[in-house]
Amino acid sequence: MSTETHSLPPVNKSLPPEADRIGLILLAAGVVLVIAAFVFEPVRASFDAVILYLFMVSLAVGALFLLALEYITGAVWSVPMRRVTEFFAGLSPFLLILVLPLFLHIHDLFHWSHAEAVQQDPVLQGKAAYLNIPFFVTRTLVFIGIWIAFAALFVRHSTHQDITKDAALTRSNVRLAAVFFPLFAFTITFTAIDWGMSLEPHWFSTIYGVYYFSGTVIAALAAVTLVVVLFHERGYLPGLRRDHFYSLGALLFGFVNFWAYIAFAQFLLIWYANLPEETYWFIARWENGWQIVSVLLIVMKFAVPYIVLLPQEAKMDTRRLKIMAVWLLAAHFVDLFWLVMPTHSESLSLSWTELGFPLVAVGMTVLLLSWKTKRYNLVPVGDPKLQRAMDFHL
Amino acid sequence: MEKHLYGLTALFDTPDAVVHAAEETVKAGYTRYDVHAPYPLHGIERTMRLKTSPLGYFALVFGLLGAISAVGLMTWITLVDYPLVIGGKPFWSWPAFVPVAFELTVLLASVLTVVSMIVIYFKFPNNSHPLHDTPFMKRVSSDGFGISIEAADPLFDEAKVHAMLASLGGKEVGAVYFDEADRDHGQKVFDLKFIGVLAGVGIAVAGFAYLALNVLLYLPPFDWMMVQNKLKPQAASTLFRDGIGMRQPVLGTVARGFLPYAFKGKPEEAGKSLANPLPVTQKVLDLGREKYLTFCSPCHGNFGRGDSRLNGQFPNPPTLHSDKVREWSDGSIYHVITEGQNVMPSYAAQVSRDERWAIVHYIRVLQRAQHAKESDLR
Repeated sequence: MSTETHSLPPVNKSLPPEADRIGLILLAAGVVLVIAAFVFEPVRASFDAVILYLFMVSLAVGALFLLALEYITGAVWSVPMRRVTEFFAGLSPFLLILVLPLFLHIHDLFHWSHAEAVQQDPVLQGKAAYLNIPFFVTRTLVFIGIWIAFAALFVRHSTHQDITKDAALTRSNVRLAAVFFPLFAFTITFTAIDWGMSLEPHWFSTIYGVYYFSGTVIAALAAVTLVVVLFHERGYLPGLRRDHFYSLGALLFGFVNFWAYIAFAQFLLIWYANLPEETYWFIARWENGWQIVSVLLIVMKFAVPYIVLLPQEAKMDTRRLKIMAVWLLAAHFVDLFWLVMPTHSESLSLSWTELGFPLVAVGMTVLLLSWKTKRYNLVPVGDPKLQRAMDFHL
Repeated sequence: MEKHLYGLTALFDTPDAVVHAAEETVKAGYTRYDVHAPYPLHGIERTMRLKTSPLGYFALVFGLLGAISAVGLMTWITLVDYPLVIGGKPFWSWPAFVPVAFELTVLLASVLTVVSMIVIYFKFPNNSHPLHDTPFMKRVSSDGFGISIEAADPLFDEAKVHAMLASLGGKEVGAVYFDEADRDHGQKVFDLKFIGVLAGVGIAVAGFAYLALNVLLYLPPFDWMMVQNKLKPQAASTLFRDGIGMRQPVLGTVARGFLPYAFKGKPEEAGKSLANPLPVTQKVLDLGREKYLTFCSPCHGNFGRGDSRLNGQFPNPPTLHSDKVREWSDGSIYHVITEGQNVMPSYAAQVSRDERWAIVHYIRVLQRAQHAKESDLR
């Protein structure tokens, strides 16, 4: 800590051209593999695409959540890294592209979409008012529309402020955040129910939406942390201090615990009540090799990050934060795989079709970041809280 | 009384200023000094070059203690002391232990860490300190940031320290004195007086808890409903010569509605002498049907076919549609309901006299339904 105030960092730096190249190669390779997967194994590929969609929703909408959180709480520390969060929120329009192949494969994915199956099934008949294709498609599109609209408004106000330096724009974003939170709660919960839980339409868990939300925040925080650390190491985000990184690390640590709490709460109640219509979901994930993934998930998403992030120094050490960020992003992918894939294959199996989808995710993100850095300042220079944020100490 | 110099204090307006002053104090080589602020200044421990507090290890040990005692207690209860099958689960169902273990871990780690911090590091109950009750302490507990350098520091020189604090921008630089009585007396937790107070508080709390839970809680607010001038069943009485509260009926009398059954153990006579006193009306048949379905059908079946609903847990009675039962008089059926027969017990206690006769009518209806006459079909 010192008394000197930090000078505002240089602005308008864009990523080196290699970023574009790497992003493009990854995306192209991913797209080729994904198309091949859809051609040769369309059903398996559809399930992989659900995982990709839920993963990208986690990044885009999770970032949107972090953005709204900064405004609604009046947080100061996160202002210098807000642009990175905004870049991730900029992923939301691409969700429209990602969801398109899923709409074409609705019958491969969802048991409830088959009229003849519903006809013989009183449970599905009872749920038919909610689980039907027109309503399903409409609400998915409405949700994506809400996300796109809020991302666009938040980012427009924020980037406009770079030029006008108008504090009123911060206030309008605060109001926007207040409107966004209830909508966020609804959209993220029903997205989890629609694309995750309704894959097994007989099964239900009231905490499912919160479970997906907890993973979503971990993924978005990890992605933001990773990019902030990478930018910081390469000099794009100077002036960040251990206090800033500590805050990121502590949030990440907190949400790792939150996820474990929610995941265990979901398990404990179903285990305790022991009702056959609920337990089969966990039994399916504890048989035929899936128990490996279940244990891996506990280790990856809770045990290891808990131990690594527990010491105070770990949350300030950019190297450890960077490794944990990549680790947790992978853990979230495993989590979604564990949620979605047992519906498709009763016994654990890995297929080459899985390869393309993470490549698309990484490639898309790298390209988007590179493109956004060309267009926007890397630091919200017009934010009235910026100077305080640069001087931030715990 | 003799006054001793404790040290010099200075106030600063901002946390940054006091942190800067601390940096300079460290550079100057002072070791016995302290920084005071109304809220935690994160990172000050690095500026002051303090060693990491071992308090974290206390939390670890107490947390583990909590976890181990919770799991140990529940293991002992469920495996050794009182094994119970709950919901068909194994005796040692660890997922059920997790919330309890988690809570006890948090409870012991937080409470005992704070207690040991207060007792070991703050030397509770010794709360005398030269800085207490000084204007300086009042300021740094509300809006000021301060630094104090002790006279006990080997480099301490009053003039030099005063000059340094002033040059760093310190305001209200001044000396703090203390009485001999205020001298730090060290750890006092085993002081007889403190232990006495602690024990006194403990006894008072326990005594009040006993009083509240065992005495006050059982004081009846009024007793004129509980205590009445009457005798309860089975209670003794001083009024009667034999000392018994409950009385026998007077010899040669019968209570209303309690007419004794005249054909006890005489089925033949009952069959000959008894006639159904009830008329065959819709109301009577409805009553008979209701009572039959409640009391008779579990064994005899809903239609009297002897097809019990009890899945062989009881021996099935013979059908009521046999020639034998159809040719019985109403009185014979009434007698069987009243006294029982073979495995069938008496139903006199469950079904009143009129209800029994209504059941007899209903059994006749069932029998007629199975053996309809030509005339019924027309």
